Amino acid sequence: MLPSYEELSAWLPDLLSGLSISLQVTALSLLIGIPFGLLLALGVLAKSRLTKILALFLVEVGRGAPALVLLQFIYFGLPTTGLTLGSFTAAVIALAWNTGAYSSEIIRASLQSIPHGQREAAVAIGLNRLDALRYVLLPQGLRVALPALLAFSILIFQGTSLCFTIALPELVSRAYEIGSNTFRYFPALLAAGVLYASISIPAALLVSHVEKRAGSYAQR
Amino acid sequence: MSTADLFAILRGLPWTVALTLGAFLAGAVLGVPLVAARQSRILPVRFVAMIFIQIVRGIPPILWLFIIFFGLGMSVFPISPFNAAIAGLGLIAAANMAEIYRGALASIHFGQWEASLALNLGRWSTLTDVVAPQAFRVALPSAASYLIGLMKETAVASTIGVSELAFQGNQLSQLTFRGLEVFALVGMFYILLSLPVAWLSRVADSYLQAKVAR
Repeated sequence: MLPSYEELSAWLPDLLSGLSISLQVTALSLLIGIPFGLLLALGVLAKSRLTKILALFLVEVGRGAPALVLLQFIYFGLPTTGLTLGSFTAAVIALAWNTGAYSSEIIRASLQSIPHGQREAAVAIGLNRLDALRYVLLPQGLRVALPALLAFSILIFQGTSLCFTIALPELVSRAYEIGSNTFRYFPALLAAGVLYASISIPAALLVSHVEKRAGSYAQR
Repeated sequence: MSTADLFAILRGLPWTVALTLGAFLAGAVLGVPLVAARQSRILPVRFVAMIFIQIVRGIPPILWLFIIFFGLGMSVFPISPFNAAIAGLGLIAAANMAEIYRGALASIHFGQWEASLALNLGRWSTLTDVVAPQAFRVALPSAASYLIGLMKETAVASTIGVSELAFQGNQLSQLTFRGLEVFALVGMFYILLSLPVAWLSRVADSYLQAKVAR
């Protein structure tokens, strides 16, 4: 049942390069998705009705539809409009959309958790809306949002496994391919599982540590 | 999109619902002994339960389904795609529900335990008569939002060939080359499915929340 040493050393380079693609997709999705989430959060809170509806639509679809369906919509659906994307680009766009939708809710909730007096004080000392956001509200809001955003990052890392369905050669695809070539599915998939767990378990422990630390800020 | 296409996608709906409910039920039941082990007074039991929960949550759902369907199914015992999906998603749901129960138990004020002790209730009676009924109400909103999350997670079962919504959408888009409409429709079905759960959870929550002492 377990992979032998020879098998492991033969598979490991392949699996590791798959893992590196998973990590690249994760990093890019977060780098694009979290700022996008901030924009969406501001859009939902905006006074303009059109902005609000557009932002709400993007958020509700990005959270409401499964990430798998978003991926397939972008990879298999968009080509019918003439826009063909590579599987890597499609993966990043879909997961960044998903990230943006979830993190906008996280950021919005934490912006709204800041006491109202902070905004009033910012207005009183003559900051305009943008400066109030930049220097007063966001630094406090993001501190509250941090643990939830980190926890979500782990989910996005695991979500890259869905890119198997759009033929991106990430970790699950590599393990599956090894399985179908050698018919040693269980050991190959198990090795991939160990690689996933070796990243997401320490990350989860780190997040719960940050959560405890950040809890002392949220108490005020 | 013709009505025939719409019905082709709708054929996946009962499977999505069955997968969601089956996995959630399995998770909600198995989560109870798991959280009991996680809170046990015996250190090794607590430790094993913690490791188990971490490992189950640390591996993506799609990989669990593959491990069960291809890994175990091909070498140890043959298993149907639907059963493999229920087993995999049920396992993940159990770990997540155990965490939800644990959070709910932790939110019960320790005065409740002290009061039970003062009334000379036993450990078991304290748990079943005092703490669990309140913890259930606290757990309800998180359990409901997890149910919605699980419903979306069932889409991964399409990769091992369970003919649920995402699977039907995939088939239809390959048949008609109209992926845009097909996947937009599939996404809409998932959103529509989550609405009644969200609504029920809000109603139940506002009805039950008043009865929690904190």
